Amino acid sequence: MNEDEFKILAPCGMLGYGFPESSFEEGMARRPDAIVVDAGSTDAGPHKLGAGTAIVSRQACKKDLEIILTHGVQAGIPILIGSAGGSGARVHVEWTRDIVREIVREHGWTGVKLAVIWADIPKEAVEKSLAAGRCEPLGIAVPALTPERLEATTRIVAQMGHEPIVQALEAGADMIICGRAYDPSPFAAPAIRRGFDAGLAYHMGKILECAALAAAPGTTKDCMLGTLRGDSFVVQPLSAARRCTSVSVAAHTFYEKDHPYILRGPGHVLHLGDCTFEERGDGSVEVRGSRLERTPTYKIKLEGAMHAAYRTFVVAGVRDPLLVSRIEEVERLVEAQVREYYGDVPADDYRIQFLNYGLNGVMGDLEPNRSPAHELGVVFEVAAKTQELANTVCATLRSTFLHYGYEGRKSTAGNLAFPFAPSDVPFGPVYAFSVYHLMEAADPLSWFPIEYEEVRA
Amino acid sequence: MRLYEAAKVLRSKNSGPFELTLDVLFEDADLYRRVKTLGLIDRKTISELYQIPEDRITQLVYFDPALGIKITLARKVSSGTFPDRDVYGAQQHAPLMALELPL
Repeated sequence: MNEDEFKILAPCGMLGYGFPESSFEEGMARRPDAIVVDAGSTDAGPHKLGAGTAIVSRQACKKDLEIILTHGVQAGIPILIGSAGGSGARVHVEWTRDIVREIVREHGWTGVKLAVIWADIPKEAVEKSLAAGRCEPLGIAVPALTPERLEATTRIVAQMGHEPIVQALEAGADMIICGRAYDPSPFAAPAIRRGFDAGLAYHMGKILECAALAAAPGTTKDCMLGTLRGDSFVVQPLSAARRCTSVSVAAHTFYEKDHPYILRGPGHVLHLGDCTFEERGDGSVEVRGSRLERTPTYKIKLEGAMHAAYRTFVVAGVRDPLLVSRIEEVERLVEAQVREYYGDVPADDYRIQFLNYGLNGVMGDLEPNRSPAHELGVVFEVAAKTQELANTVCATLRSTFLHYGYEGRKSTAGNLAFPFAPSDVPFGPVYAFSVYHLMEAADPLSWFPIEYEEVRA
Repeated sequence: MRLYEAAKVLRSKNSGPFELTLDVLFEDADLYRRVKTLGLIDRKTISELYQIPEDRITQLVYFDPALGIKITLARKVSSGTFPDRDVYGAQQHAPLMALELPL
């Protein structure tokens, strides 16, 4: 290993998304110092965190891990998984650990030292922190965390920085499964541990966590190699079909972030406004000037999901031009009739929404174009206190809508074309992000306990 | 010229579950500079296009090395809960595409 460089192989942007084995092997041929892969995101909504489910199938996760572990163990380099299982809560980490143990058993490897870093935050800790004024919502759109919302919250996780991961590496872990982590942290950690600049390490991590997405053409389903040096880093795709350009790499920091060159992470702010992005002629780009500033108070980002309602929905089509032209008006009348019928049920116990695809289904109130298409896809949903109530109200909503005699109607046999029978789909629980807060942490380690085990066949 | 003709990338996505972020990336550095110099995309433009008050726009930043403009909006409904319509926020950029640029 060249001590002046630190190389990280990023197989794919999400563990279980898959990657070409040829790219991965090309990456291994460059003799990386670590393999790091991100496995979580809040992108797919609160359901995974709330219900404790994964974002990829077990089979897909195992398929990727099989390749990563086989090569990593053979090369004797650390393997790091960030935000395991989709959301990085205990249930997700255990799900991932189970797969790792299974692979180790099947291959008959011995003496693999596995570290698991938990990221679950007890509700009581958040409650105490709120009361002490040490926990605040992250942005103007985040509702206040009332006792009721906290009570309804099923799981809270915090995004770890590089510090607990460095500690696990110091303890000699071969594989590290991280609970919820700030996406770049597992990439930054092994390099920071070797003394490389934290600003460059985090910026490189920010790019590598999406693997080849910063290349052109970009994808999360292909590998990328990052090489950290004294005062720069180089990112390089590992398939001949892709190249990094100065613009593709510079533009990557735009992705999924609220600001293009100021990135806030655990205990730090990353300033990228003065970075330079230089193409080196071989499809790689060298980046300089990333600057990390530590914040006076170390804060960690909390994510929590609460159970919000139960949902039942119906998918239907409308082709009658008379109904298409007055769809929203008819829906208001249908809802009013249903609410009148269920006058004995408290009005707040259920909510109704119509999504009119072909009119404003995607954007709702934000839609500036209000001219309908010749046919509409109508999805209507009822979100209620119980599944039974959601089913009950939705069934009445459907039959009322189907037969509603709006003014001027000519098609007196029915208003809706259902593609399926039965038409009503009981969906189950609906979750909402209830916690999206910054909490002061006395130190970067205490909320992220580490557990070690020797996995053996 | 409309913005969808001028920009190379024009997209929307969540930046966290409570925000929506719009990216406009150019290929042509000259075009980018003219849009920036003339201030063709500002808070007022966005507020009118999306029919939202300006205080719901939390960021509007030009970033020269990427030839890009980023606009971040506070979501009305957080991602993936009732009555959200776009869990990933990936299809909220279309109004911006239609923006007419006096170039």
